[in-house]
Amino acid sequence: MSPVFVFARLTVQEASRRRLLLALVILTLLVVGFSAWGFNKITTVTRSDGTVLPAQQVTLISSQLLIVVTFMYSGVLALSAAVVAGPLISSEVESGLLLSELARPVRRSEVVIGKWLGLAILVTAYAAGSAFLELTAVDWATGYVPPHPIELVIYVAAEGLALLSLGLLLSTRLSGITGGVIALVAWLMAWIAGVVGDIGTGLQNSALQNVGTISHLLLPTDGLWRGAVYAMEPDVILATLRAAGTAGRANPFSAVDPPPTAFLTWVVVWFALMLTLSVWSFRTREI
Amino acid sequence: MGAAATAPAIHTVDLTKRFGSTIALAGLSMTVPRGEIFGFLGPNGAGKTTSVKLLLGLLRPSSGEAWLLGERIGDLETRRRIGYLPELFRYQGWLDAREVLALHCELAPLPRSTWKEEIKSALNTVGLSDRADDRVSTFSKGMQQRLGLAAALVGKPELVFLDEPTSALDPVGRHDVREIIRGLSARGTAVFLNSHLLSEVEQVCDRVAVVDHGRVIASGTMDELLSGTAVRVRVSGLDQAAKAKLAAFGPIDDEGEQLTFTKLDIERVPELVSTIVAIGGRVYEVAPRHQTLEDRFLQLLHEEEA
Repeated sequence: MSPVFVFARLTVQEASRRRLLLALVILTLLVVGFSAWGFNKITTVTRSDGTVLPAQQVTLISSQLLIVVTFMYSGVLALSAAVVAGPLISSEVESGLLLSELARPVRRSEVVIGKWLGLAILVTAYAAGSAFLELTAVDWATGYVPPHPIELVIYVAAEGLALLSLGLLLSTRLSGITGGVIALVAWLMAWIAGVVGDIGTGLQNSALQNVGTISHLLLPTDGLWRGAVYAMEPDVILATLRAAGTAGRANPFSAVDPPPTAFLTWVVVWFALMLTLSVWSFRTREI
Repeated sequence: MGAAATAPAIHTVDLTKRFGSTIALAGLSMTVPRGEIFGFLGPNGAGKTTSVKLLLGLLRPSSGEAWLLGERIGDLETRRRIGYLPELFRYQGWLDAREVLALHCELAPLPRSTWKEEIKSALNTVGLSDRADDRVSTFSKGMQQRLGLAAALVGKPELVFLDEPTSALDPVGRHDVREIIRGLSARGTAVFLNSHLLSEVEQVCDRVAVVDHGRVIASGTMDELLSGTAVRVRVSGLDQAAKAKLAAFGPIDDEGEQLTFTKLDIERVPELVSTIVAIGGRVYEVAPRHQTLEDRFLQLLHEEEA
C-alpha cells in the first residue's frame, strides 16, 4: 500500500480508536432526535382560529429552521476539522512519533497528503451521514425536502475540508493549539466578513462589499456556506428575496443565487494551493 | 556487486550544521565500516543527535557531504536498509505492539508474506513477545523503548542508528540491549550508537568518536584511546587552592576526597604522593588503573576547555 494510503488509514483508525467517531455519532443522533421532535411540532402548531398551519407555511418555516440547524452542523464540522487538523502533524513532530516513520522510505509529501486524505474522508463521511439523517428526520416530521440535497452536502463538506486544509497547513509549522485557534478565528472572521459584505450589498457600498469578496477569496468557507444555504432555499423564498432587491441579499442565512462558477473554480485552486503550501512547508521544515 | 555494496556504512566529509548563529555540528568527517559498532560520545548538547538527524535526512546540512551505504544522505531507497531508534521515542498509544511493527514493515516496505516472521522475531529479540497484543499506551517507558528497538530491527537493516537506546531501561534491559547490538554486529550490521553512557559504549563498541561543541575531539579504537593510566587517590586536608597545585599531574576529576588523575604515568605516582603530603594532604589510598573510557572522556573534555 502506498504510504499516502497508510497515513490516511492511520488517521481514520486513530479517530475511531480514540472514540472520536463514536462521540460524533452519538451527538449527531441526539441532535437529529431533538430536531425531528422540534420539526414535528411545526406541523401541530395551531392558529388563533384553531386550525393547523397550511402546508406551504410549514414548508417555509421548515426551510428556514433547517438552515439554522445546518449552520449548527457546519459549525460542528468546521470546529472539529480545525481542532483535529491543528495538531495533526505538529503534535507528532513534537512527540517524536514521526521521527522513526520519516526515517523510512517515505516522502514528507506522502505524510501530508495521506493525513489530509484520511481526515477528508472523515469530514465527508460525517457531512454526508449527518445530512442524510437530518434530512430524513425533517422529511418524516414535516414532509419537507430541500430542493438541492446533494449540493447541500457538497457545500457543507467543502466548508469542513477548507478548515481542515487550513488547519493542516498551520500544523506543518505551528503547535497544535496555536494552529487550531488560528483556524477557528479565521473561520469566524470569514463569516463576519461575509456579513459585512452583505451589509455592503444592502447599502450598495462597494468598500464593504469588497470585504466580503476578499474574505471569500482568502478563506472560502463563508462563500461555501452561502452555497449550502442556496441549496436549501425553496423557490418561493428565492422569489421573495429577489423581489426585495439588494436588501434581500443582506443576510448571512439567505442566498439568492448559487455561488458563481468563478468562485467555485477559485475554491478548487484554493484547495490545490493549500495542499501545495502544506507539502512545501513540511518538506522544508527541519525536524 | 556495485561500489555501493562495498562502500562504508557511513562516510561524512566536513558535515556542518548551523542553527542561526549557533554551530551544532562543525565539520564532521568520519567513516564507519560495515559491520562495525561505532560509539558516538559527547556531553549533552554536543551535537550527537544533530549528527544522526543529518545522516537520516531529518535535518539538512549547512555544508559538507555524507553517504550512507554508498548513497548520498536523503536517498529514499537507502532508507529501506536502515533502522532507527530515536532518542525521543514515541509510538501510537492506540495501536498494539504488533500493529506498530506491522506499520513499520509496511513503511519499510517489506513483502507482506514476511511480516509475521519479522514481527515475531523482533518482538522476541527485545523480550516483548508476551505483550504483542497489548496497546502501547499500557507500556512503561522502558517497554516503549524496547518496542522502538524492535521497530528499528524489522527488515534486517544493514545500518542501525541507536540514539541513547538504554535511556529508559533498567540494568537487565541495558544488558539485553548490549547483547542485541553484539548480535547485530555478528550478522554484519553496522551500529551507530549515540550515547553518553560511557560504560555501555566501552563494553560494546569497536571504535568511538568523542564530540564536543559540534567538533570531534578524539576518535579511534578503544585500544588507541585508552592507552594511558589513571590514578585514583583518596585524600583529605586539601582545599581548592591546594588541589590547584596538583595541576602539573594532568587533568583531575575532583569528587571531594576522591581525586582521579585521568591520565598519569604510573612512574609519577611516588612524586604525586609526596607532593600531596608536602602541601598538607593526608593520603588514605592510591589506586593506579588502566584508563577507562570515562577517564579518557573527562580528560578530553578538560583539555578541550583548557
